[in-house]
Amino acid sequence: MEHSSIMERGLRAIALCLVVVFFMFPILWIVLMSFQTNETILRVPPSFVFEPTISNYKAIITGKLETSAASLEINFLRNLGNSILLSVGAVAVSLLLGVPAAYAFARHKFKGSEDIAFTLLSFKFAPPLLVLLPLALYFQDIGLADTYIGLIWVYQLICLPLILWIVRGYFEDISPDIEYAHRIAGNSWFSTFRKIALPLAGPGIAAAGLLAFIFAWNNFIFALVLASADKQPVTVGALAFVTASGIQYGQIAAAVVMSIAPTLALALYAQRYLVEGLSLGAVKG
Amino acid sequence: MSNTAKRPPKRRRGLISRRALPYVLSLPALLVCIGILVPFFTAAFYSLQRYRMSQPWAREMNWGQNYLNFLSDPGFWSTLNVSLTYAVLTVGLELIFGLCIALLLQKRTRVNNFVSIMLLMPLMTAPALAALMFKLMTNPGFGILSYYMTLIGVEDFRWGASPSTALFTVVLVDIWVYTPFIMILLLAGLRSLPKQPFEAAALDGVPRVQQFFRITLPMLTPYILTAVLFRLLESIQQFDIIYAMTQGGPGDTLMVFQVEAYLNFFQSTNVGRSSTLLMILWAITFFISNIFIKNWLRLRERARGES
Repeated sequence: MEHSSIMERGLRAIALCLVVVFFMFPILWIVLMSFQTNETILRVPPSFVFEPTISNYKAIITGKLETSAASLEINFLRNLGNSILLSVGAVAVSLLLGVPAAYAFARHKFKGSEDIAFTLLSFKFAPPLLVLLPLALYFQDIGLADTYIGLIWVYQLICLPLILWIVRGYFEDISPDIEYAHRIAGNSWFSTFRKIALPLAGPGIAAAGLLAFIFAWNNFIFALVLASADKQPVTVGALAFVTASGIQYGQIAAAVVMSIAPTLALALYAQRYLVEGLSLGAVKG
Repeated sequence: MSNTAKRPPKRRRGLISRRALPYVLSLPALLVCIGILVPFFTAAFYSLQRYRMSQPWAREMNWGQNYLNFLSDPGFWSTLNVSLTYAVLTVGLELIFGLCIALLLQKRTRVNNFVSIMLLMPLMTAPALAALMFKLMTNPGFGILSYYMTLIGVEDFRWGASPSTALFTVVLVDIWVYTPFIMILLLAGLRSLPKQPFEAAALDGVPRVQQFFRITLPMLTPYILTAVLFRLLESIQQFDIIYAMTQGGPGDTLMVFQVEAYLNFFQSTNVGRSSTLLMILWAITFFISNIFIKNWLRLRERARGES
């Protein structure tokens, strides 16, 4: 079996190439496009040979788009800042809330624990708008509409179940005996939690936190419903940017590249954690 | 060892008793849970009302009237039809491609590992931004895909702008983003399968096609079901890709549940109809997840019992 025929190897190599081309080409193309001027973008036939320019990135960073008609002010950096603030805030809050709860679910089979865990999980699967639309009306009443706090709270809808389920799996994998030993030595549960359980579940918490960050960053619908222009993250901002900038294609491409670069970089940097988190979240969930 | 080591064991400290501890720990998460349940019940309540934000004076309970109206509402049936078609098409194709790619990458070689890391990138791209990228790529003026279409002789292929190709276009984006998800799960599954049955089959001279259908596929079923469940639930609720690409258009070609509900709420301010649509979508997801969870638990038990 180990000696596969040349023909089979060749076919495999071709298939592999096709896969790589299909999945990598759009990203490559958008990156190339972001270094081109509108003239080279609009050439027919399109060509991969061009004089690279960083003018698109410059325009976005300075916030001034030069169109043929007039110069246009656009604050895409603000969207980028919003994305960072919302994602980091959401993950921090859900780690703070989720990790102790995950520990409680893993260690103590208390009354209703499974029900709560399942309710949380099932709402991960509920249509987000079902919760968002009534919430939008409530938020207007209680003054949380279009605030960062309100948005971060809603982001818990995706971050919290994720953290709860992945981290719970990791806590369950730690043998309770280690913790008993530490407690019998006279330590409080908190010291046990902090010195034994947390470090042992560390990789799991990191994986869950990373995944939650990426999901928060990539979220589109929450901010579309709940945020006005100055609070919108890049996903919503990029769409508005397309409408506002009209035919400045190079700058649109640069904006897209700047919006996807952070998650892609994270994915490459921490791919092992991610794969583990994804599989665990799905298989154990 | 910390300096508290000499204290007597099992000392109860602080205000929190041992029995209350788990509740205290999970209380904040529970509160968030309630913060989710309240809007859910509110939506259920709205779905039983005639409620348009533009006509607050006409707001009243009409009990199941919204649901009954759907029976004779062609818009609703087309929404249901498009949503189901979209979900079945995307998940079906992604399963086939994902399985093929996973089989291709099964062996742990350096090239295979590198490719599987590369494939994480589409999955980590925000679906809304992926739709935007494909929108640029299919732009009739300079889009590279449009250009390739003319190269192979297909003139005037209008992608998302034409009712006959819009579905194909958004399905393509969905496949680009989510096939790696299925691939990752199935690859993890494939690599965790025990080796013995395959060695035995190889010794007996069982052809590889038969090995695949008789051994690999049955043993992989729990993983396949998990992947399909996750994707099906997400896919039937797809919003980002479709909204970013065409906003449900052209016409109502791509009016899936959530896009329709969103536009009903914000454009025609028909809160009642919007909530009813979402409740039906929720019922569908609940139904799917229950069927799958039952089957999945059974399969997992069986897989454990056998191995």
